[in-house]
Amino acid sequence: MSKLLEVKDLAVSFNTYNGEVQAVRGVNFELNKGETLAIVGESGSGKSVTTSALMGLLPKPAGFVKSGQILYQGEDLVGKSNKEMAKIRGKEISMVFQDPMSSLNPTMKIGNQIMEGLIKHQNMNRTEAYKKAIELLDLVGIPNPEIRAKQFPHQFSGGMRQRVVIAIALACNPKILIADEPTTALDVTIQAQILELMKSIQKETDSAIIFITHDLGVVANVADRVAVMYAGKIVEVGTVDDIFYNPKHPYTWGLIGSMPTLDSSEDELFTIPGSPPDLLNPPKGDAFAPRNKFALEIDGVMEPPMFKVSDTHYAATWLLHPDAPKIEPPESVKKRMHGFAKTGGDE
Amino acid sequence: MVRYIGKRVGYMLITLFIIATFSFFLMKMLPGSPLNAEDKLSEEQRAIVLEKYGLNDPVPVQYVNYISGLVQGDLGISFAFSNTPVTDILMDRVGPSAQLGAQALVLGTILGVILGLVAAISHNGFLDYTSTIIAVLGTSIPNFVFAGILQYVFASELEWFPVALWGSFEHSILPTIALMIFPMATAARFVRTEMVEVLGSNFITTARAKGVSEPGIVFKHGLRNALIPLVTVIGPLAVSLMTGSMVIEEIFAIPGIGEQFVNSVMVNDYPTIMGTTLMFAFLFILIILITDLLYGLIDPRIRISGGDR
Repeated sequence: MSKLLEVKDLAVSFNTYNGEVQAVRGVNFELNKGETLAIVGESGSGKSVTTSALMGLLPKPAGFVKSGQILYQGEDLVGKSNKEMAKIRGKEISMVFQDPMSSLNPTMKIGNQIMEGLIKHQNMNRTEAYKKAIELLDLVGIPNPEIRAKQFPHQFSGGMRQRVVIAIALACNPKILIADEPTTALDVTIQAQILELMKSIQKETDSAIIFITHDLGVVANVADRVAVMYAGKIVEVGTVDDIFYNPKHPYTWGLIGSMPTLDSSEDELFTIPGSPPDLLNPPKGDAFAPRNKFALEIDGVMEPPMFKVSDTHYAATWLLHPDAPKIEPPESVKKRMHGFAKTGGDE
Repeated sequence: MVRYIGKRVGYMLITLFIIATFSFFLMKMLPGSPLNAEDKLSEEQRAIVLEKYGLNDPVPVQYVNYISGLVQGDLGISFAFSNTPVTDILMDRVGPSAQLGAQALVLGTILGVILGLVAAISHNGFLDYTSTIIAVLGTSIPNFVFAGILQYVFASELEWFPVALWGSFEHSILPTIALMIFPMATAARFVRTEMVEVLGSNFITTARAKGVSEPGIVFKHGLRNALIPLVTVIGPLAVSLMTGSMVIEEIFAIPGIGEQFVNSVMVNDYPTIMGTTLMFAFLFILIILITDLLYGLIDPRIRISGGDR
């Protein structure tokens, strides 16, 4: 597998009236060709900010990359001008957004919105671009593409609009597709359709996908690897099997434990107590410690480094230190893990 | 589409009829008569004049007569200018007013949109504050103040343009500028607010994510969506430019409708008052219709029938 994208020590901050909010505080991950990496975490954990930084779409002038590198095929994207980034956006890396209802231009025909990227990046003329747009609409499963291309967004349902957004993102065969909670705003049956669509398209185009979500059910369904983010850092990363069958970080335990399943009706639904820390003044030590009942004394003093669990699996918790007491995940989480094993991780 | 316009024209006619009725009776309630006490006329002569113009008839009869004339396109004959049909007076007068209003509206809107755009793009920057100050001054200072300043500076001191009167295109420049400032400021304010909002919306992020260049973002994606609310203000503005130019027409001594209207009211020239009122009403309704049709042109979501929804 070849490395397509490598993010090194990425830190992103926002200047606000109250001071600097450190939304992303040193994130490392890599993305290989053709794989799907899921980034999971609570709201405000820095998932979307990380991807905005990858796209060079941080809200200006408040947001900025404080340090670190984003190496795309060996080339650092940090510090590139907006003009240079515009050549990469849509062509090399493209994005599918959360809310299909508002992410299409209401006064522009669907066909034209798809054609725009093709004309810009592929030097196509309008006729070629139109033909390709029709093909793309067909690819994402929109019936009567010739008629639909001449319509406006308000004539489409939410699920159909998300298909259009995916078509726009795929137009120039990007190597990386970033999907920022693409199914959150859709109802469950449509969610499944969109996920299927993304999977089948990935098979066809061999693009890598970064899938941002807080829905672990979706993760189990689509991802090859998972990165768990908390308070602007990746706290655990591994393959889907690593994360679901052998989670090491207490925060991951919490996420898995708080996932409702069909046969979990007998117990009370588990939740993670408290709320994420204020990133205006990030806490000393492990950011998750105040909400962690397994927190050790050292958690309040020093941030845990990434401990290696296996070649594919890393987690940042002091519990993995050789001197730490052996702590097993709580019973409810264990039960959940056995549940995954039974159903083969398929939600 | 044709059916829709037909229906709207029908409503327009009904509205005009109602306006004609109301203004007729309101006008009759005005104190005084077309004949002033100062006019040195004998009782007999007065009676003849009143008889001639049908002013002795009971008001409802006068009303029926007026409306039946109106239906045939006859606005009556002016009292003030003997034997001149009101239609002719209006036709003479409409030219300068329309030219002035159109020039001010087109120029004001274009400059306003540019000003608003520049402000929105340099959000909270120097240009933004400059344009906001211009907009606030433009909306809060009445146009006759500008008219006076313009006359003083450009006509009296620099002698670049004529001070007043009507004739060549040069005569129209100063009044156009004086009249243009309000619509310009209003347009600038609207465009700025809308543009800032539109540029922050999700579909702009989508466009950026496609790799659309900044000019493309602003003009292709932003401006059209920002212009929709402007259309709502421009319609009534256009009307107020024509009616509101009364003051400007007085200051620059322009023989327009506004000036005519004021004079007619002074002398109780009933047919001319009615004619002018109805023309203003007609323009107003027409512009509202045009605005509604423009909406559909700009915003496909409110496109009127004919579409395939």
